Amino acid sequence: MSAAQTINTAVRRVPGWALYIVGAAYGAWLFYLGATGGLGVEPIEALEHRYGKIAFQLLLVGLAVTPLRQHVGLNLLCWRRALGVLAFFFVLAHFLVWAVLDVQRLAAIWADIVERPYVTIGMAGFLCLIPLAITSNNLAVRKMGAASWRKLHKLAYPAAVLGAVHYVWLVKGFQLEPLIYLAITLALLATRFRPTKARVA
Amino acid sequence: MARRYQSKLTWDDVTPEHLFLNRRQIMAGTGALLGAGLIGGTAQAQDALEPNTWEEITTYNNYYEFGTGKTDPSENAHTLTTSPWAVEIDGMVDNPGTYSFEDIMAGVEVEERIYRFRCVEAWSMVIPWNGFELADLLTRVGVQDGAQYVAFETALRPDEMPGVRVPVLDWPYREGLRLDEAMHPLTIMATGIYGRDIPNQNGAPMRLVVPWKYGFKSIKSIVRITLTDEEPPTSWNMANAREYGFYSNVNPNVPHRRWSQDSERRIGGGLFARRVPTLMFNGYEDDVASLYDGMDLSENY
Repeated sequence: MSAAQTINTAVRRVPGWALYIVGAAYGAWLFYLGATGGLGVEPIEALEHRYGKIAFQLLLVGLAVTPLRQHVGLNLLCWRRALGVLAFFFVLAHFLVWAVLDVQRLAAIWADIVERPYVTIGMAGFLCLIPLAITSNNLAVRKMGAASWRKLHKLAYPAAVLGAVHYVWLVKGFQLEPLIYLAITLALLATRFRPTKARVA
Repeated sequence: MARRYQSKLTWDDVTPEHLFLNRRQIMAGTGALLGAGLIGGTAQAQDALEPNTWEEITTYNNYYEFGTGKTDPSENAHTLTTSPWAVEIDGMVDNPGTYSFEDIMAGVEVEERIYRFRCVEAWSMVIPWNGFELADLLTRVGVQDGAQYVAFETALRPDEMPGVRVPVLDWPYREGLRLDEAMHPLTIMATGIYGRDIPNQNGAPMRLVVPWKYGFKSIKSIVRITLTDEEPPTSWNMANAREYGFYSNVNPNVPHRRWSQDSERRIGGGLFARRVPTLMFNGYEDDVASLYDGMDLSENY
């Protein structure tokens, strides 16, 4: 059995709901750490950034499912919904920490969203994910039909790009890490176009 | 001729460490209980000024030569050799030359200054510095007529500074002040915190502290001071002139391009701390506003 097959078998043994439990527990654990001094002397910024980064990483792993299956033979399909929904909840947590614990005032929250482009972009990415989270269930897939459901869920692409730009934009000075994330995002999206081109050629 | 400035904050404002730690535990506990009810939490009084703890001051730093994360400097800066240390003082001075750290310290009076410290990233601390007035050093080396600015440079040591492998900024780090700002009695060269030698991550062995300006003006680990008649280039201004001006006075009415500056997060309040309003010139308006009479502060940000 190849390594990919071994992993595929192992993955099938872990149901999606287990991922929800692990994800929720991890989010709650981080919150507990922040409240009790475990995230350093400035827990608001720390928690905000941790939630944001986890959300982005989950989104990227979700986007890696298809290319991994096509090019590596790794099948994580049974986790994809959980990865996406968890990504949404971490974005939501990131947003709430930013709005409630960091900025704190409604007027200031609104001003940031409309006046500061990197916040606007982050919000746009968040909005892209809302319909995806709402339709991440079998009932929605049945009601919408597979074709239009798939079309709607391509919103994950702009969401990831917006998230990457949001990250690049918010750091000070020239920093590598957000650029690496942007490159990974674009690479994952590029894999979606390659097969089509190959067929045309 | 030091002691031109007397801080209104004294050791009576310093919370004894055991009480402070105790208070933090109580706050953490209350915070956890409050949970999502934090919106109803009581606002912290702006004038309840307590110096931050040694731990807060020395583990939450921006010193990009040692990494861009807040804890990177405290983890990495131990590699910086701070002894021997020398500062080259040149430009429009009567006695240019290379001054050893000991030589500089022999000619100045070290005082304690409890200052607010406001970062451009909208967080703040209160820090009990030990240091001497920059004016004393400048007077000693003799500022020539016609000098109008002071330029500063941080050490650049790729062997000791892992962060400079990445061009986060155009190294070495550079800062500058107008001569009257540099000579102002509030402006100090800090060599200690809480009566102890200043840790490497805070800018050992000698760093500038200009309490009415955003923290990045208070350049760390200085190896060069140049008196000049031209406004010197400064690192953050070179990196992004629209976001970081030469003056960079703390000003709640002039937002940063990417965030508001009208309030700040006081480090040490925990996860549920209320933001506090940012004060004009970081609370030193009475002392320094006259330096900028007639200047448009939103133009000269």
